Amino acid sequence: MINIEIDGKRIETENGTTVIEAAHKAGISIPHFCYHKKLSIAANCRMCLVQVEKAPKPLPACATPVTEGMKVFTASEQAVKAQKGVMEFLLVNHPLDCPICDQGGECMLQDMSVGYGGGASRYHEEKRTVLSKDIGPLVSAEEMSRCINCTRCVRFGAEIAGQMEMGQAFRGEHAEIMTFVSGTVNSELSGNMIDLCPVGALTSKPFRYKARSWELSRRRSISAHDSLGTSLAVQTKNNHVLRVLPIENEDINECWLSDKDRFAYEGLNSAERLTKPMIKQDGKWQEVEWQVALEYAANGLRHIANGAGAEQIGALATANSTLEELYLLQKLMRGIGSDNVDFRLRQSDFSADDKQQGTPWLGMPIADISRLDSVLIVGSFLRKDHPLLAARIRQAVKKGAQANIIHSVDDDLLMKVANKTIVAPDALVAALSQVAQALDAEKNGKAQTASAGAVAIAKSLSCGGCVAVLLGNFAQQHPQAAQLQALAQQIAALSNGKFGFIGEAANSVGGYLAHATPGTKGLNAASMLATPRKAYVLLNVEAELDTANPQQAIAAMQSADLVIAMSAYKHHATSYADVLLPIAPFTETSGTFVSTEGRVQSFKGAVKPLGEARPAWKVLRVLGNLLKISGFDQDTSEAVRDEALKGVDVAAKLSNTISAIDTNAVSAAGGLQRVSDVPIYATDAVVRRSAPLQATVDAATPQAWLHSEELKKLGVQVGATVKVSQGQGSVSIAAAADDKLPRGVVRVAAGHAATAALGAMFGTITVERA
Amino acid sequence: MLSDQIQANIERELKKYPADQRQSAVMAALRFVQDEKGWIAPEDMADIAAYIGMPQMAVFEVATFYHMYKLKPMGEYTLTVCTNLSCQLSGVNETLLHLKNKLGIGLGEITADGKFGLREGECMGACVDAPMFTINNKKLCGRLTGEKIDQILAELSAGGQGGKQ
Ligand code: SF4
Ligand code: FES
Ligand code: FES
Repeated sequence: MINIEIDGKRIETENGTTVIEAAHKAGISIPHFCYHKKLSIAANCRMCLVQVEKAPKPLPACATPVTEGMKVFTASEQAVKAQKGVMEFLLVNHPLDCPICDQGGECMLQDMSVGYGGGASRYHEEKRTVLSKDIGPLVSAEEMSRCINCTRCVRFGAEIAGQMEMGQAFRGEHAEIMTFVSGTVNSELSGNMIDLCPVGALTSKPFRYKARSWELSRRRSISAHDSLGTSLAVQTKNNHVLRVLPIENEDINECWLSDKDRFAYEGLNSAERLTKPMIKQDGKWQEVEWQVALEYAANGLRHIANGAGAEQIGALATANSTLEELYLLQKLMRGIGSDNVDFRLRQSDFSADDKQQGTPWLGMPIADISRLDSVLIVGSFLRKDHPLLAARIRQAVKKGAQANIIHSVDDDLLMKVANKTIVAPDALVAALSQVAQALDAEKNGKAQTASAGAVAIAKSLSCGGCVAVLLGNFAQQHPQAAQLQALAQQIAALSNGKFGFIGEAANSVGGYLAHATPGTKGLNAASMLATPRKAYVLLNVEAELDTANPQQAIAAMQSADLVIAMSAYKHHATSYADVLLPIAPFTETSGTFVSTEGRVQSFKGAVKPLGEARPAWKVLRVLGNLLKISGFDQDTSEAVRDEALKGVDVAAKLSNTISAIDTNAVSAAGGLQRVSDVPIYATDAVVRRSAPLQATVDAATPQAWLHSEELKKLGVQVGATVKVSQGQGSVSIAAAADDKLPRGVVRVAAGHAATAALGAMFGTITVERA
Repeated sequence: MLSDQIQANIERELKKYPADQRQSAVMAALRFVQDEKGWIAPEDMADIAAYIGMPQMAVFEVATFYHMYKLKPMGEYTLTVCTNLSCQLSGVNETLLHLKNKLGIGLGEITADGKFGLREGECMGACVDAPMFTINNKKLCGRLTGEKIDQILAELSAGGQGGKQ
């Protein structure tokens, strides 16, 4: 500890901190632009100059380490003169037209110049102009003349996003922030550059000139698009969501936001929104009053329950439905007498269901990821499935943690990977058990018989520090998910570490707490579709995009007598449903998400539901009333939540422990195996309809990726159209080469309209020349 | 693709730096490319980035920062004329005018036959010989007069070795 004095205030601070950090901790503000607590020190703007006793000239507070007895003056004559001078220089080339700048009203430069600058400019010569750049559909670099070259955006890319897509080219007066040969910025975290840019150089393309910051109302909310539980500020005007920003939360999202969370809102007011209840009569869709639609739905359900039997009714919900919605949905089903309810629509192996006592979760707080020394990530498209978790692991790796990967694809994680084993899906279990075997040998001094790759991972995991095994979406959707879980448990035990699941969606934990899972008599999501029911209740589900086997799902929907689709959008359900009930997306309803670390977070609606859409929990409550099921009289979503969580100790429920499981080897059927990711902007209904996100590189039409040797075997050229088939369905897509893929696999994305005619996300698949 | 010669040169350069500091060789690598091709295209920068293992943009930053890297074709013989103070005082404006008239091009341009290019440069640290230009950044020609310039140009046109490597 070191004692210093800033503006006469005595401060005790850690050795190694800088003056600006010490000042901020003591609540003293020092003007700055290039400094950012999460980025490296650049010290190029000079705004933070302060006077330091015995120093001959002002020093930059962001780059000056504290020393014992240091006396700093932030508002002395010398400091003020320096700040004023720097401000004047910064404004020399900066346009002085804040009224027409999109950043006006929330601009650091504007604020600082009011606080520290002069009243008028002494510079009357010509200012330099910097041409605008097109860097993609999300971030606007329209006004690069406003750039003050602080390089925050550059450092963010290189240090946090892990890829240096922006840089400062040329020199001095000609220095310009740009991308390499006019490329686009493709990082899944790019929107953070907008927040970081202290001026109006980088702004949000979709939000540009939509509103002034002071016209917006702000509501706290929670991200609905991944399982992290990111804190959001939803900004609205005239009952429209116009912008989404992060709210700083060091334990969850730090000060960042993924592009998915930031720009998904553009899908909220899509033309596909369902704004009136509809029923199909004589094959024609008709808009009807709520009362009519609800009675139709209730009567239909009653009819089937009384006739074919309640077990002929199945309910499916997506895992980004709220806790309240999931709770009431299962309550409704159980009230009718059916135990068929599930929210794990992309899962294919449910054999762990009666082998695990608790609710599967991350296995540790998110913040603990930063403290890991070694981590084994199994079956995860980490960067795209969990952008901010990947950023956190990236930082841990920078501090020395070792990342080990077992997966079926070898996408660039933009971090140093210590060891990796890339195998076909049917070899995933074997790869993991090799690691367990190697650890066992390592620990108990037996001779190593495992593969070299497994031994290397085992060595990394037995470092004796903080260790974790994390199972990603791919591992959870894998047909041997339970075995992977059991092996992860074994590995974690052998390495004295933790293990857990990186939840797929906002309520991957909440769904369990809400009991939206089948009981012992009920059918899980897969069996409900494999053995078609007579009636389905769908909550937020797009059957061909949200399920593990779209072919099967669509067939089940089409053969059903009654499909009640509760949805915010008018989608493909119009071809198989009988009733469409317009419900509110997360910005238009109150609700609760339980994040992957088990954090229960409730939020309020930011705007009123569009048209006649209603919060799904209310719709379900009325359905309960119409069906005369007791216990459907909650007045608020809070009442539903409290009922759902009554007497539940969430922390105590969270457990990944699994008892002995049967090993079901998947039959090696020969031929090519499918590997499927759900692309980052195809994960849920709102994201799928966000035009700016759909215009990104990440949202490109899926291709059939194969090792180039496999392509050669098939006699297919890169870029040629191939016919990819599974079961009775096939699609024609372009072939692409990825030599990092294992042999014998084809990577074809799921969750996308272009591949929705295919079958299961795992299993055999054929590729032929078209 | 970087030629075998360039790759060999870069390899030699890399030996001068610690294994985890490969980016230190980027300036030399850019120079090797320029020496061989006369200028550095974005594709060359991408190749260098891939070879050394650094972001493409970081190579671009270096290449655009230093004036002596040529980012577009600048003729077989690039004449870089110093326009800083000592040269100004010693009449570089007339030198420039003479060159422009003689070659029929302005600064930043090349002759139609691709033989000559004209660039503006900063002080070459040899003010004693002002006014001056360099040929392809390698050969310094000072105490320039109209006559001397004509002679140099004639020599270069005739395929003289001028500043060519
Ligand atoms: S664009 Fe913005 S963040 Fe990037 S260097 Fe310029 S002012 Fe800084
Ligand atoms: S904030 Fe210190 S120099 Fe920019
Ligand atoms: S000013 Fe021209 S060489 Fe120095």
